[in-house]
Amino acid sequence: MNIVVCVKHVPDATADRKFEDDFTVDRVGVDGLLSELDEYAVEQALQFREKREGEEITVTALTVGPEKAADAVRKALQMGADSGVHVVDDAIAGSDYIATSLVLAKAVEKIKADAGADLVICGMASTDASGSVVPAMLAERLGLPQVTLASVIESQGDQIRIKRDNEGSTEVIGATLPIVLSVTDQSGEARYPSFKGIMAAKKKPLETWSLSDLGVDAGEVGLSVAWSQVEDTTERPPRTAGEIVTDEDGSGAGALVDFLASKKFI
Amino acid sequence: MSEVLVVVDHADGEVKKPTYELLTIAKRLGEPAAVFFGSPEQGDAVAEKVKKYGAAKVYVIDDAQIKGFLVAPKAEALQQLVEKTSPAAILLPSTFENKEVAARLAIKIGSGLITDAVDVQEGGVTTQSVFAGNFTVQAKVTQGTPIITVKPNSAAPEESEGAGTVEAFAATISDGAKTAQIVATQPRQSTGRPELTEAAIVVSGGRGTGGNFEPVEGFADSLGAAVGASRAAVDSGWMPHAFQVGQTGKTVSPQLYVANGISGAIQHRAGMQTSKTIVAVNKDPEAPIFELVDFGVVGDLHTVLPAATEKVKERKG
Ligand SMILES: Cc1cc2nc3c(=O)[nH]c(=O)nc-3n(C[C@H](O)[C@H](O)[C@H](O)COP(=O)(O)OP(=O)(O)OC[C@H]3O[C@@H](n4cnc5c(N)ncnc54)[C@H](O)[C@@H]3O)c2cc1C
Repeated sequence: MNIVVCVKHVPDATADRKFEDDFTVDRVGVDGLLSELDEYAVEQALQFREKREGEEITVTALTVGPEKAADAVRKALQMGADSGVHVVDDAIAGSDYIATSLVLAKAVEKIKADAGADLVICGMASTDASGSVVPAMLAERLGLPQVTLASVIESQGDQIRIKRDNEGSTEVIGATLPIVLSVTDQSGEARYPSFKGIMAAKKKPLETWSLSDLGVDAGEVGLSVAWSQVEDTTERPPRTAGEIVTDEDGSGAGALVDFLASKKFI
Repeated sequence: MSEVLVVVDHADGEVKKPTYELLTIAKRLGEPAAVFFGSPEQGDAVAEKVKKYGAAKVYVIDDAQIKGFLVAPKAEALQQLVEKTSPAAILLPSTFENKEVAARLAIKIGSGLITDAVDVQEGGVTTQSVFAGNFTVQAKVTQGTPIITVKPNSAAPEESEGAGTVEAFAATISDGAKTAQIVATQPRQSTGRPELTEAAIVVSGGRGTGGNFEPVEGFADSLGAAVGASRAAVDSGWMPHAFQVGQTGKTVSPQLYVANGISGAIQHRAGMQTSKTIVAVNKDPEAPIFELVDFGVVGDLHTVLPAATEKVKERKG
């Protein structure tokens, strides 16, 4: 069995993220890293493999992105994935969800032909675009069941059962492999790469594929053909400094309530 | 005028406020038509509600074949409805589930998709709040029928009488769409407080509560507010995940947000930074949350909040 984990290289959320002049995300000026929410996906892939001792299970980390995005795959390899695939092509720059999911789907199909793709795992969202739509799009394109936003994952044979939080309820979802699965940050802390893992990762295979390797026409992807276009981006003006009081002998509560009353909240 | 499909947000036929907000927005793009996934018996009652906000048509899609499975059947049904009605746009309340429905629909009908809009203007230009609320983005779908998921509190609902003509729509759901089965559902117990994403006031607690949410809940109740939590409070098991505010929880944009014992990490800000007025109680004067506030109290929430609760009650008489 082979598990494909989709990982995205994103600008560090704690840094000053910006846009380029063409309104695409600045992926150069800010340090990038493996999206923290995809670490949970890598972790669940590794746990899946570990829980099924005795079965032959491999984990392939897959990313689509510019040169530096290979670092996201490397991190997954350091955590314990067996092999990596990096799809990189100048034509991909500025792709929207639609085109990104197309390239990912084609890459999954190619991995499937070589090593299998019985389980495709994604994080619940990227930390830059926060769309939470790529897993569903992948499932649609691959014609696989989508089992999304899992916080607890159990499996037996080819049967998968997950628990998830929905708007007004918690749900148990069942499906049969192969599936596309997405996992939340409630699914369990991701491991740190060990020293041994970091050393071992250097010897693991990391393939680089272009669009032509996937049979995708360059005219189908990228900024100019995106099905939605950004017209403008504006930095939110910093909030004007508010009034801060220090509570002394109960003065804080009075000041707080006076403020709320002055704003007509009471 | 072309129809604009609005997917009705409801719990067991009980129409929720974001539906009215979306119908209001839909009027800027065309003629609103509500799409109700639910029991056909509830169709008329839903129509009575949504016609007050301008719904000319109400498509009722029997969800008997749909509700037992995740996302895919809904996307299939919408695809068929889109083929029949050729709408000018499709608006959905921006829940995780609807975003996924929209995602699959976008691929099916070859249309662009915009998620988490906080405003949609005439002509279909959307506004989104990105990078933890540090930027706003103006964007537009340029291919196919615009599919837009819209966050709660994105418009003030405006009443206007629509015809509200009920039309049953029979969707055909393929077996391929019924592959992820909802095996069990456990409804969450209602707290009796307003819904987190819809509330005008949200009072939240973090690690600084030390696990005692009573002061936070008491203050929330005095103000008629919803209760929220940081991930630290959720991870500690003090509050269920449904109450989490932030990047991986709910995004709220209330009139007033009160953060108690919350440091103000970027991921928490992502869920509350666009609130109109922000107040914090934190015992650390250096806490980053104070960079955001309109009013802040440096102090212990365990003493400040109960005293403030008493004072609010006194004022309200
Ligand atoms: C991928 C990812 C996603 C995340 N998603 C979210 C998310 O959705 N939501 C979220 O909230 N976080 C999220 N986080 C976590 C986030 O980074 C912070 O760790 C978290 O918000 C901290 O919660 P906190 O402010 O309650 O705790 P802390 O940062 O520990 O702050 C506690 C605060 O309480 C104050 N305090 C302590 N005692 C008292 C007292 N008696 N009275 C008053 N003040 C007191 C302290 O001064 C401190 O400022 C995410 C992190 C990652 C990596």
